[in-house]
Amino acid sequence: MRPIFAAAILAAVSQSPSGTSPRPRRVALFVTCLVDLFRPSIGFAAVKLLEDAGCTVEVPPLQVCCGQPAYNSGDRQTTRAIAVQVINAFDGYDAVVAPSGSCGGMLSHHYPGLFDDDPAMKARAENLAGRSYELMAFLVDVLGVETVTARYDGAVTYHDACSGLRELGVKQQPRRLLAAVKGLSVREMKTPEVCCGFGGTFCVKYPEISNAMVGEKSADIAGSGADTLLAGDLGCLMNMAGKLQREGSQVRVRHVAEVLAGMGDLPAIGEPERGGPG
Amino acid sequence: MESTARDFNNNVDHALADPNLQDSLSKLKVGFSERRRQAAERLPEFEALRDRARDIKNHALANLDFYLEEFERKVLALGGHVHWAPTAADARRIIGELCQSMGARTVAKSKSMVAEEIALNEHLEAIGIAPIETDLGEYIIQLRREPPSHIIAPAVHLTKDQVADTFLEHHAKLGFTKRLTERNDLVAEARYVLRQKFLDADVGLTGANFLVAETGSSMLITNEGNADLSNTLPRMHIVLASIEKVIPTLEDAAVLLRVLARSATGQESSAYTTFNTGPRRAGDLDGPEHYHVVILDNGRSSVLGTEMQDILRCIRCGACMNHCPVYGAIGGHAYGWVYPGPLGAVLTPQLIGVEEAGNLPNASTFCGRCESVCPVRIPLPKLMRHWREREFERHLTPGAVRHGLALWSFVARRPALYRRLTALANRVLALFGRAEGRYRAMPLAGGWTRFRDLPAPPAGGTFHAQWKKRRA
Repeated sequence: MRPIFAAAILAAVSQSPSGTSPRPRRVALFVTCLVDLFRPSIGFAAVKLLEDAGCTVEVPPLQVCCGQPAYNSGDRQTTRAIAVQVINAFDGYDAVVAPSGSCGGMLSHHYPGLFDDDPAMKARAENLAGRSYELMAFLVDVLGVETVTARYDGAVTYHDACSGLRELGVKQQPRRLLAAVKGLSVREMKTPEVCCGFGGTFCVKYPEISNAMVGEKSADIAGSGADTLLAGDLGCLMNMAGKLQREGSQVRVRHVAEVLAGMGDLPAIGEPERGGPG
Repeated sequence: MESTARDFNNNVDHALADPNLQDSLSKLKVGFSERRRQAAERLPEFEALRDRARDIKNHALANLDFYLEEFERKVLALGGHVHWAPTAADARRIIGELCQSMGARTVAKSKSMVAEEIALNEHLEAIGIAPIETDLGEYIIQLRREPPSHIIAPAVHLTKDQVADTFLEHHAKLGFTKRLTERNDLVAEARYVLRQKFLDADVGLTGANFLVAETGSSMLITNEGNADLSNTLPRMHIVLASIEKVIPTLEDAAVLLRVLARSATGQESSAYTTFNTGPRRAGDLDGPEHYHVVILDNGRSSVLGTEMQDILRCIRCGACMNHCPVYGAIGGHAYGWVYPGPLGAVLTPQLIGVEEAGNLPNASTFCGRCESVCPVRIPLPKLMRHWREREFERHLTPGAVRHGLALWSFVARRPALYRRLTALANRVLALFGRAEGRYRAMPLAGGWTRFRDLPAPPAGGTFHAQWKKRRA
């Protein structure tokens, strides 16, 4: 009964995002494997933003990865096995939220197509897809969040990571929330919607092409005049941060959730911890 | 055309190191996409038209046999001829024989990607017939003996200076001994040289943007008018088109035209839109005496009914490559065969084999920009992923990738093991990266660290470890 109940709640919520109708309270965080391993603060920033918006956040312990490395390498069997694992791990929550458009899009747009020959599993995949969200879209479109209490002194530029932008329509939501951050101004790039060249395994399978793409992105970032680069996907952020730092750029790189959650004073991605050696 | 798709990685290295190419690509990337965006914005119903265009092509593909036969009936009734070419070799032979039947020595060609696909020029030259490319871009690359690098702008990889040098080299013997530097002067010189070739040609050969079943018309759009000279001046007009070009009605052609030029160049309409409907009729002032349509399959019919069928909707506007950041980095020649960009990444493995062209569908970030601008909404990333699945099933995926994936999959399917290993990896990466916050080099991660630093995680453990502690 629970999934049907959750779907009913979400249907009501999507009709009046900021109204008085019931909100999805019990939210599961899909941490994503990169955030888990390389940048846990993004996960905690997501938890804070969700809790501030009135959600109870849980982190299902059996979650691992969404399966994209296998999916995009053509290994459908492994992808299906991992998808089943994810579907089981996130069974019963009102909503599943990922601080990543790429992983969020995998759950909400790609899982159902994996089970065309298995109606029972397909129904479960569609149920998960219907309550899976990227963090920014969930905060603004579903919960109706309009403001945050954070402060960040700096000029930021925002890169629209591809899956969030083109699969999930994440474009204005992060900008609306950033507009509420005190001390922060936004300076747009010329082409914020052009891919940074990460592409998961692409960046190590075709490093020369990836490098040409991220080189162009770093020039666009520099041209914006911003001192901070933000985006909603850690893979893209690590790619751009790695390139900027290799080029000796002073631009700091952070996940948008960190800034919105008031965690903008942490060392940026690829920066040493203050007070530590070196 | 000989494929170099197998040498994709070599081709990429050359492309990235070619300053002229990089200069040309930097202009293409901005120009085409900006013009398309403006054209789409000017037309409120553009998105609805894309839906209709998709539906028209889907309907035509679902009833392809019917519309092809209908088209043939109409062409025959008009006094023309239709030739069915199952393979590229069949099409070459048919066209060669048609030219020989006219005693042709030169053929005026208007730009045709299908002619590139079947390597028609090489065949005509081999049987002693001179093909003359009359599209300016095609003419330039014919002089340079290069393949096209883009389906609507075949010489887009060249700079103006390179064109000036090419013209000086080839036109000097015609009396043009001054090296030109102005764009308009270069065009005027090409126009002058080509005009005589039109008059000399015995046969005109064109492609077709669409074949209209209702009327038996072949439809062509150009910006130079060269196709109109190719199909009206010579005594024989040969149309070369592939099977998926057929659409039901003129009304459908009108819908497709409205999305085609806007998607391609950002124009409302191309400068010339021509419908060729049979040979010259009694009383007509001009037009060819003989009208032949050669319809090529070359493997396309085997795509029908498969998960790849959507690619046959393609109307060859080039928007996918104009918006592709990979194409924008490496240009068209790196793809190694006739069709570059996302279109080529899906179509080329179909036409010449995935063993040969397996790199193409892999060299994509799946950024999705191609799909977002495709006028007939072809899900290009999804189709590229299907190729990757076929490669994986057939064990064509490189061993290192397969083994890495198998290892990762083993761990990813065991959450407890995964937690222990990531906790260890996190601790090691944090410890040795502590001083600088990042790595400049890392064993086994050369693909990453050759060009980028690798950010190190901060100390404190993985998210899951920290979360567990916090909740304990």
